[in-house]
Amino acid sequence: MKKTTAIALILCLFIAITGCSDSKSRSKGVYMLLDTSGTYALELKKAQLILNYLLGVLQPGDTLAVARIDTGSFSEKDIVAKVTFDERPSYANNQKRTFQQKVNSFVSTVKSSQYTDISGGILQAIEYLNEQGSGQKYILIFSDLKQELAKGYKRDIPFQLQGFNVIALNVTKLRADNIDPKKYQSRVTKWQGEVESGGGTWSIINDLENLDHIFAK
Amino acid sequence: MPLANMLSITSNTFLSMMIWIALLLAALYFARKPFHRAMGSFCRIIHSAMRLAAASVLSAKKKLVQRNREVLMAAGLESAERLVEREFERINAAVVRDLEGYPNLQRQLSELTIRLDEDYSQGADVPPELPNWIPIIESIASIKHSGDSMVANMLGEINRTLTEQHKASIDNHRSANAARHSILTRMLPVWRKVQKTLNDVGKSIGNLNQRAKSIDRYMDEYEQIRLQTDTAARMLSSSSLTQFFISGLVLMIAFGGALINFNLIALPMSEMVGGASYIGPYKTSDVAGLVIILIELTMGLFLMESLRITRLFPIIGSMDDKMRLRMIWITFTLLAVLAGVESALAFMRDRIAQDMEALRQTLAGVEQASAATSMIPTIGQMVLGFILPFALAFVAIPLESFVSSSRTVLGIVAAGALGLFAFVLRLIGNIGYYAGRLVINTYDLIIFPSIWLEGVITGSRGQRKGPVEERLFEDGGITEKAVDNITDTIEYKKEPQE
Repeated sequence: MKKTTAIALILCLFIAITGCSDSKSRSKGVYMLLDTSGTYALELKKAQLILNYLLGVLQPGDTLAVARIDTGSFSEKDIVAKVTFDERPSYANNQKRTFQQKVNSFVSTVKSSQYTDISGGILQAIEYLNEQGSGQKYILIFSDLKQELAKGYKRDIPFQLQGFNVIALNVTKLRADNIDPKKYQSRVTKWQGEVESGGGTWSIINDLENLDHIFAK
Repeated sequence: MPLANMLSITSNTFLSMMIWIALLLAALYFARKPFHRAMGSFCRIIHSAMRLAAASVLSAKKKLVQRNREVLMAAGLESAERLVEREFERINAAVVRDLEGYPNLQRQLSELTIRLDEDYSQGADVPPELPNWIPIIESIASIKHSGDSMVANMLGEINRTLTEQHKASIDNHRSANAARHSILTRMLPVWRKVQKTLNDVGKSIGNLNQRAKSIDRYMDEYEQIRLQTDTAARMLSSSSLTQFFISGLVLMIAFGGALINFNLIALPMSEMVGGASYIGPYKTSDVAGLVIILIELTMGLFLMESLRITRLFPIIGSMDDKMRLRMIWITFTLLAVLAGVESALAFMRDRIAQDMEALRQTLAGVEQASAATSMIPTIGQMVLGFILPFALAFVAIPLESFVSSSRTVLGIVAAGALGLFAFVLRLIGNIGYYAGRLVINTYDLIIFPSIWLEGVITGSRGQRKGPVEERLFEDGGITEKAVDNITDTIEYKKEPQE
């Protein structure tokens, strides 16, 4: 009797230690912000390539959301498409197809916005990914990082980015940057500082051949 | 005290240095005996401790070798018993089979003998002798008739009758002989049958003789093992090593098969248990796939046990035949069901892989290639999925050999390791001993002027005790000779230490 009880206890302990399915802590949550302001809207074709790459590498259980950056981006309305992939691979594949179609439809119909509220988009991304409870959180900013806020919008809130990886993609050089590269550097440094002071990690990928660096960490 | 101050105790630096050297030599000379004792004790501690440790290790090795031998002999006895038992079982089966057929054989032989006897009796009946009609016919034919037609007719009639009678008798005689010949012809296959039956009996007896010879051989081996001879130990040890390597090789091949099997079912399992959940650091789907393979292996193990091919679980082998038969059917059915499940999973895997490839092509913007119409890969995977569980079931056989032989091999390796360890310990002990001598000799070399002076003084007084070498070690506690073999070490261990 004692022996049976001991074996049962050991089994329970084993299940308690190893049986906990911590799928959330291992899952990835990716929130991609697409800058649709001014001439940068023309770059969205490249964003499609990035999204296709993401759809290819993300696994069942991961979360992916795409949102636009416009005049006021701190809004759920700016989320173009969002999905948490089903645990079954065949269902997840169908979800990926649907997601791709939504993004394609958005890119073909998007109109340029007058202002660029990157901070609002990041705040929205933080809120969304925290709500999803993903283990590894990524915010991808597809933008030239030049923020232009409309009159009356306040974005002087510090980011809470503990556990977040913020990656700027395709940070194009503006005409003014070409004249004075310091402007480009100061712009990038400003965002890096804000992200790192919020506890997040910062990186830039300008060459789209290096997309595999997104999840390299 | 700084060096400059030390060298300035006199106005002459050289003189100061010489004074210091003389003082140092004097100090070293007076400290010589205590130093020798201390160094001797230290070396003796190292030497003795290492030798004692080596002796203990060698003793452990001896015990281990003895234990290995016992285990080897026990395994050999079991194996020989098994072989003899199997031979007896075969003899039993042959005897039972032959004895079962014996009444039938006896009846058959009896019937054949009766038939032969009857045929012989019938064949022994001699056909009636032919009546000697010829002289009568000739004598009647030679009677001269006078031309009387009546006499002529009568004689003709007699002649005709006699001729007919003669013909009939010949026919009768011929038919009687033909009947005898047919009886003899019928006897031939019966004789052959009897011969064949007797040959079969001869073969059975010859087979039993061969089996008996095999049993004699096995019994000789058994006797050798029972007497625990060195020949038997060498033979069994060599056999164990061979089994260990061969079964290890087969297990590696089986591991490869299991790996392929795992890859075949891991992906589709994610469709069943989800691809995002984890058990510890492993995906649940991978663990589930692994569990299925392990269950198949277990079922195969039980099946082989139930069939009495392996003997890893004595409780299964000792079950009564009815229960064992049930167990065979249950394990076989479970194995077949699992094989079916694997086959279905292999099919699902193929579909998922196709779907994933299609998605990849869509995402890459590549024009989708027309779907492959050939079902051969799918069927191939399904067949593989069905066969591999049954193939893995046979792993039980090499596994048993591996487990039983690994005990012997591990024992040999452990004995070797202990021997090596003991050697290293002895080596350290001896190095310690000779290092101590080296240090003492170096010490004496450094203070040789003092020793020389001592020699001069004591020599002049005629108080030399003996050779310098003896005196050098008279107080040093180091034994002159290092003990370096096991017998001496053990004896040394038994001696009371100072």
